[in-house]
Amino acid sequence: MAAHPWTAHRLFFNSLRAYRSRPHSVFCRQVYYAAGAGYKTDVWVKCKLMKLRTSQQPTLSDMTDNLVESNTSPALREAHAADGTRVLELMGAWNLRNLKASLRTLDPGLKAYAADPTLHWNMQGIAELDNAGALLLWHAWGRHSPENLTLRPEHIGLFDRLNTLSETTLPHSPHDLLTPVILLGKRTLSVADHVQGFIALLGQLALDIAHLARRPMLIPWREISANLYRTGAQALAITGLLGFLIGVVLSYLFSKQLRIFGADIFIINILGISILRELGPVIAAVLVAGRSGSSMTAQLGVMRVTQELDALAVMGIPYSVRLILPKVVALSISLPLLVLWTDATALLGGALAAKVQLDIGVLHFMNQLPDAVPIANLWLGVGKGMTFGFLIALIACLFGLRILPNTQSLAAGTTNSVVTSITIVLLVDAVFAVVFSDVGV
Amino acid sequence: MTDKPCIIEIDGLWTQYGDTVVLEDVNLCVHHGEVLALVGGSGSGKTTLLRHILGLETPSRGTVKVFGVSLHEGDPRSRVDLRNRWGVLFQGGALYSALTVFDNIALPLRELHVLDEASIRTLVRLKLDMVQIELKHADKMPAELSGGMVKRVALARALALEPELLLLDEPTAGLDPDLSDSFVKLIGDLRKELSFTVVMVTHDIDTLFALSDRIAVLANRRLIATGPLKNVMQLDHPFIRKFFAGRMAVAGA
Repeated sequence: MAAHPWTAHRLFFNSLRAYRSRPHSVFCRQVYYAAGAGYKTDVWVKCKLMKLRTSQQPTLSDMTDNLVESNTSPALREAHAADGTRVLELMGAWNLRNLKASLRTLDPGLKAYAADPTLHWNMQGIAELDNAGALLLWHAWGRHSPENLTLRPEHIGLFDRLNTLSETTLPHSPHDLLTPVILLGKRTLSVADHVQGFIALLGQLALDIAHLARRPMLIPWREISANLYRTGAQALAITGLLGFLIGVVLSYLFSKQLRIFGADIFIINILGISILRELGPVIAAVLVAGRSGSSMTAQLGVMRVTQELDALAVMGIPYSVRLILPKVVALSISLPLLVLWTDATALLGGALAAKVQLDIGVLHFMNQLPDAVPIANLWLGVGKGMTFGFLIALIACLFGLRILPNTQSLAAGTTNSVVTSITIVLLVDAVFAVVFSDVGV
Repeated sequence: MTDKPCIIEIDGLWTQYGDTVVLEDVNLCVHHGEVLALVGGSGSGKTTLLRHILGLETPSRGTVKVFGVSLHEGDPRSRVDLRNRWGVLFQGGALYSALTVFDNIALPLRELHVLDEASIRTLVRLKLDMVQIELKHADKMPAELSGGMVKRVALARALALEPELLLLDEPTAGLDPDLSDSFVKLIGDLRKELSFTVVMVTHDIDTLFALSDRIAVLANRRLIATGPLKNVMQLDHPFIRKFFAGRMAVAGA
């Protein structure tokens, strides 16, 4: 304790030994007057509190050693003045940190005291008072200062601030019975707004393509290639794995049923058509929507938040050409390729499972496939893949551009983008099924 | 007065990322009640030092203690409690963009789980009043605010828990001179009223002159000087000469 800040003040405490025999209040007063200017209050409070706690004369070392920690908890003491009036003395540190622990116990006590209008509030013993402490008292008093109040000068401002606090309440959003109707209307308008945005984006894309067709130098090859790599090559593992597993699962299910009718060999027809025509494209599209669609939305959204889109615009670089077109083009190319890849792994999985379940050789399976499944199914699947890729990229960009500069909008925008693109993919798939019902079956 | 206790005590602090040394043997003591400004060129490690004080970085060597509590070892409870005793104003405000102005300021109060909603509302109104933000802005989202208002709301949030220590990262960066002056005045007034200790990182010489009791100068990864502004300005060091050159010229003119 060599560098203890109170060592300097030990001297005057030593000089106070003479007062040890005096009554406690006299002792405290003497300590108070003798203390250095900055520590007067602390010493006073500490002295008073010690009396409260131990009802004994404190030792001098008690007084000095703990004084630097002036964070004594808030305390109350009722007393009677010479003229018989009730006095409530408040002591300790009435700040948020110290009130935290004792708030629940203090509050009812204060309210009970505040019920007596003749009570004299002596708050000169408070070492520290902050807004939270002042507010606690002010609330207990019923939102105005009591008549008999003794404050330390530096605390007057706190209560002045509370007393002058404007009576206007915070704006409250009114409860309206029409809220559900208004919400429904807003939703509908928002859907219409998105459709309009989608059409505008489509138009912009057409204009950009026309522009680039005349000036092929400006085609953003590098961006297209980067997007191809990210959306295509990097998705090979996951789409391949998923395709393989789905193939195995379907093959097991169908082979059980087919064996009942002794129609084992039709496993090739069923697997071939369902995978090439429906499952391959849809699985790949759903995966890509979740994987690449969300990242495209988030990327554009963050670029909006960080003003990168604005920076591109002021440099005269149209972001529809640099950011949107490459994404749309790349995904329109990579998704059909991913569809082929998913088809292949799914058929492989199906063939392996058929070998195990029905003892149809893998080579035999592959040889029979072209005869059992018309090639139109493959082209239909690839065509679907291209359409889905185009739609997913466009929807992702649409939602990305509509993100507002806050985290919630970014989260909601990304979610909406994925949900919408998957929904649209399935809707368009249904349309394909109806339109091409005569082809390849 | 030399042995006043240190609110922030940095002892032999080194920071290293791989082979890059960012801070080299930094020793610093911030006393109770003072305003210490941290100055230094770009890349001199000011922000890193501030992040160390905030406990957002782990030192490679040395210790950082705030209110006598080490930020990286010891009782986790006391380290959490410590975080209720300071308020931080980040350079960009770092307001929670998903919450309204009101909720941004109310959040730390609510997280204490001791105050009732009525008290929280009154306290938030008080803080808004202190930073001179009108009540009608309380329902706005941070994205709808101007730069100066973001700073003031962030200051109100930093003050929400009645901190004993206020850390300001570039409090006036991005504000126009008028707003910057009024923001400095606001911090000065609040300091008189609430008597907190302030550590700030700043580039702005006007802010330095208006607020700081002492300044600490970081250059070449080291703390080259600490002391009252007058004394530091006398020092003969290339960075200090350059840094104050403009100001002296103005004063001389």
